[in-house]
Amino acid sequence: MTAIAANSPRERWWNSRTAHRFMKHHLALIGMVMIALLTLACVLGPHLLPYDSLYIDLRARFAPPLTGKHFLGTDPLGRDLAARLFMAGRISLLVGFSAMLLSTLIGTLVGVVAGYRGGLVGTVLMRAVDGFLSFPSIFLVLALAAALKPSPIMITVVIAATSWMEVARIVEAEVRSLREREFVLAGRMLGLSATHIMFREILPNAMGPIIVAATLTVARAILMEAYISFLGYGIQPPLPSWGNMLNGAQQYLGTAPWLAIIPGAAITIAVTSFNFIGDGLRDALDVRGDHS
Amino acid sequence: MRSFLFNRFAQSLVLLLIVSVIGFVVLNLIPGGPLAQFGLDASMTQDDLNRLAEQLGLNRPLWMQYLDWAWRLLRGDWGHSFRDGAPVLEVIGRHLMATLLLMGSSTVIAIAIGTWIGVRGAVKRYSVFDYMATVGAMVALSIPTFWFGLIGIYVFSLRLGWLPAGNMYTIGDESVLNYLHHLILPSIVLALVHVAIWSRYMRTATLDVINQEFIKTARAKGLSERRILMKHVIGNALLPMITLLGMQLPSVLTGALVTETVFTWPGMGRLFLDSLGYSDYPVVMGLLMFSAILVVVSNLAADIVVAIIDPRIRLS
Repeated sequence: MTAIAANSPRERWWNSRTAHRFMKHHLALIGMVMIALLTLACVLGPHLLPYDSLYIDLRARFAPPLTGKHFLGTDPLGRDLAARLFMAGRISLLVGFSAMLLSTLIGTLVGVVAGYRGGLVGTVLMRAVDGFLSFPSIFLVLALAAALKPSPIMITVVIAATSWMEVARIVEAEVRSLREREFVLAGRMLGLSATHIMFREILPNAMGPIIVAATLTVARAILMEAYISFLGYGIQPPLPSWGNMLNGAQQYLGTAPWLAIIPGAAITIAVTSFNFIGDGLRDALDVRGDHS
Repeated sequence: MRSFLFNRFAQSLVLLLIVSVIGFVVLNLIPGGPLAQFGLDASMTQDDLNRLAEQLGLNRPLWMQYLDWAWRLLRGDWGHSFRDGAPVLEVIGRHLMATLLLMGSSTVIAIAIGTWIGVRGAVKRYSVFDYMATVGAMVALSIPTFWFGLIGIYVFSLRLGWLPAGNMYTIGDESVLNYLHHLILPSIVLALVHVAIWSRYMRTATLDVINQEFIKTARAKGLSERRILMKHVIGNALLPMITLLGMQLPSVLTGALVTETVFTWPGMGRLFLDSLGYSDYPVVMGLLMFSAILVVVSNLAADIVVAIIDPRIRLS
């Protein structure tokens, strides 16, 4: 974003240095293509397949992939695995994406306020971040998910509520360093309100790290949804998600290994892709990561 | 050094305070609050619940309840398990060793392999190995631990029959070898993510050290490359890794919970899930607080160790 803003207004964003650097990042491109294909498959797939994801056919139980009419095979109730995989993908990607939006919003708010205000407010907020990070995330998510009604929206909120801290830390550090710059001083001298300076002047300049962190948060949110759904406290059947498709897979591991392999591969591909994109964005936006 | 340690202690105390506040909020978010376990009991009427709330002081202001709760935590009175009536700390204690064993062995694996990959990647920067390690680490970070565990069981237990598919030991055979045999697969599964993280940080740390003046000095003295690498580079690069060890603990605990579930390993993670299944909230809350306290204390311990080893802090 910083690089985009630095370009002359006539230049289009796809001609910017940032876009070029991103396009040269092979892994990020692979990630983009994978996510595009995966999203397309999840959106269109269920319409193209002749089976409904919830249609039970006990005569077709445990059909292995690539053998009959079911190209990814069927599950213990004879439901078409491909149809379920795509429907589950809709839920998993949607939960991951929404959790990212919500947690980035919370994290950015906390980070901007803590970084700009500093002092007591900043200390209290950042110590709260440290406090949340002291809990192993899955313990916190499971305790909350088990106690609250496990609807997809609630799961999204719970995941977001336990994954905003990274963004907050990154934004806080960024804002704290931007706070001392001349343009902020100029804004203050012009009599702009603190809210205006925080969100209209400083925030646009901190967009790079936020975008990178948000991309990596999607990856983490998809993983977290998979974890808790696998453990039975996430998305509840009959609604399929990649995580809860794996829920009963362990007991059939010997006889029907595809039940475990296929949804897990989908999760891995989606999460890897988002991590690749995040890595590419980090290079393109010239954000200093903590490990490179 | 004394002021450094004093500051670190004070910070940890503040952190524990915040952790306890978060824990208390979670406790009260559970519908029914601290009485949730009884709300499910059909023989309890609303009147009984109200009377209990009165008796236990749950109708007092929240800050008084918090102080009361925190004071009981401090004294070691963590309540009693809803399932067998045993004190929560005792229940946790019964499962602690299994988890520590699993975490310990997987950490050893992660450090050994991660250090090797990281140092090699840094020394041969931008080589094919370095590139593969970078991509490999990103993929490893993306694989769900439980899925990796299932694949491991499928390949090494069901197909090849080399390793057991779960449990800590075969009943009737409690030899050390039997324990080790059961430990191999879950340790490797839990280690995967941390090999990735460790190797990335180790690469950065090694690159930082390699370009410093004292490495040039060592070369000028005529030390062999091997000796420089083993003694000066790795030694100095490992120092910041001690801090990482503490910082990684929450994610190791998260991984342990999932790994223990897949491998029916009788540790804290498994206990947490079982307790959730029974709505045994005293144990759930106990584990939540115990793990957070463990994390805070371990981070403090890591910093103290670094302060003792690192002369820059020790002598300041």
